[in-house]
Amino acid sequence: MRGWPVVLAALVLGEIGTRVAQHPFFPSPSAVLATAAQVWLTGPPQRLLLADPVFDDVLPSLARALGGWLIAAVLGVTCGVLLGRSRTALDYVGPLFAFARAIPPPTLIPVFLVLFGIGTRMQLATIVFATVWPVLLNTVDGVRSLDRVQVDTARSLRTPRPWWIGMVVLPAALPDIFAGLRLSLSIAVILMVVSELVGAANGIGYELLLAQRQFDFPLMWAWIGLLGALGYGLNALLLAVERRALGWTALHGTGR
Amino acid sequence: MTAVPPQTTQHMLDVRHLRHTYGDGPDAHAALDDLSFTVAAGELACIVGPSGCGKSTLLRTVAGLLAPGGGDVLLHGTPVRGVPADLAFVFQDYSRSLFPWLTVRRNVEFPLNWRSLPRAERRDRAQQELERVGLPDVGGRYPWQLSGGMQQRVAIARALATEPALLLMDEPFASVDAQTRFELEDLLRRVQRERGTTVLLVTHDIDESVYLADRVLVLTGAPAGLLADLPVDLPEQRDQIATRESAAFVALRAEVARLLRTRSPGARSPSGGRSPSA
Repeated sequence: MRGWPVVLAALVLGEIGTRVAQHPFFPSPSAVLATAAQVWLTGPPQRLLLADPVFDDVLPSLARALGGWLIAAVLGVTCGVLLGRSRTALDYVGPLFAFARAIPPPTLIPVFLVLFGIGTRMQLATIVFATVWPVLLNTVDGVRSLDRVQVDTARSLRTPRPWWIGMVVLPAALPDIFAGLRLSLSIAVILMVVSELVGAANGIGYELLLAQRQFDFPLMWAWIGLLGALGYGLNALLLAVERRALGWTALHGTGR
Repeated sequence: MTAVPPQTTQHMLDVRHLRHTYGDGPDAHAALDDLSFTVAAGELACIVGPSGCGKSTLLRTVAGLLAPGGGDVLLHGTPVRGVPADLAFVFQDYSRSLFPWLTVRRNVEFPLNWRSLPRAERRDRAQQELERVGLPDVGGRYPWQLSGGMQQRVAIARALATEPALLLMDEPFASVDAQTRFELEDLLRRVQRERGTTVLLVTHDIDESVYLADRVLVLTGAPAGLLADLPVDLPEQRDQIATRESAAFVALRAEVARLLRTRSPGARSPSGGRSPSA
């Protein structure tokens, strides 16, 4: 919480600076906030004052980012557990993964555009491709870090497979999995915007570009600010979930 | 499981000509060499031998965690292939054996999860086992919040929760302080007598083996072979001070110590065993 005064100070400095400079490209923070309120919060009361752009752009964007991220999470954890528990599988697919992971995901947008056309499917494909690797590779690491004594313990108790995966392998790998999920979530937001800048008919990225082209700079800055706030909020949300799920590592020395 | 003709003996555990070698070629390290012994039902047998002599290999083989290079392990007359159903293992390293993401109660409940028991009954069983090892109030805490001795008690409770016929223990008290070790030794003997569990315990501590056991199996150094099989002729009810100063205890521990000191690769006594002079 010590960081909030600094944020406030930055806003005040920005306010003073922009008012002194009077540059049309740099509207004052208060002007940006006023625009934001006017664009997003002038809806009917029964919709909590939320205006159309919230439903037409913000929520679809969020749905794409979170949807793609969730698909990648399920895919990454599943494959990661399978690969991590196999002695040899990763030797075969490891180089391929290293190659695929090294491709900057935005460069695949043209490919997915051809494959899926403009729209949600292309965006989901981009986000899933970009976010699956951190989850997958972290899961493999976590699964591999399973302690030998824990493995022997589970074996000596004749733990059947579902409990072995659910109560031993996954919890042991969970600190690593969450590290991967956090990284993936921020990547998902980035790819959401990038894919919307290129191939979408709505969404935050689309509106951001539109505002810039119409020289509506306060609105453009408002969308940028919203992206920052969304990224911050999503990360905070995930951290809260992580703290609950990994409560056992809080005092325990092995929390990685 | 392969069907095997019924055994004539009453032995719960029958280890026959067990061999195991790690690696091959010039780097091969023989851990077990033609090791044979039996353990009767209800017996508390201690295996004592120098560090690194293959004791843990022996125990892992008996548990079915490791396939032996040769020989047989028979439990209730059935060859062990994989971990048998009524066997439990207590490891030396309790802090790595207990699952840190589960509370103490859920750790003890763990092996009951896949049994068709109602949830309430699982909890009751876990609570009973915790009470039996003297930890009635720590079920809601995490293992790493407990002292080392308490953690090993939890591990013992978890092993007993499955009601095993045979309990294998690999240097279970080697990582706790002397006072705690005495408490845990007495706890083990008491619980073992209450439950009638057969126990095979590995230790490098001569005093511990004589104090705990009904029978002490002395192993030679690597590769492990049986040096002597000594019945322990001490009173059923043992006391950390009185038993340890009794003439019988002192004589027996001296005999084991002498065996371990004078062991030489060629001089191996027949496995028939001999009575201690006490």
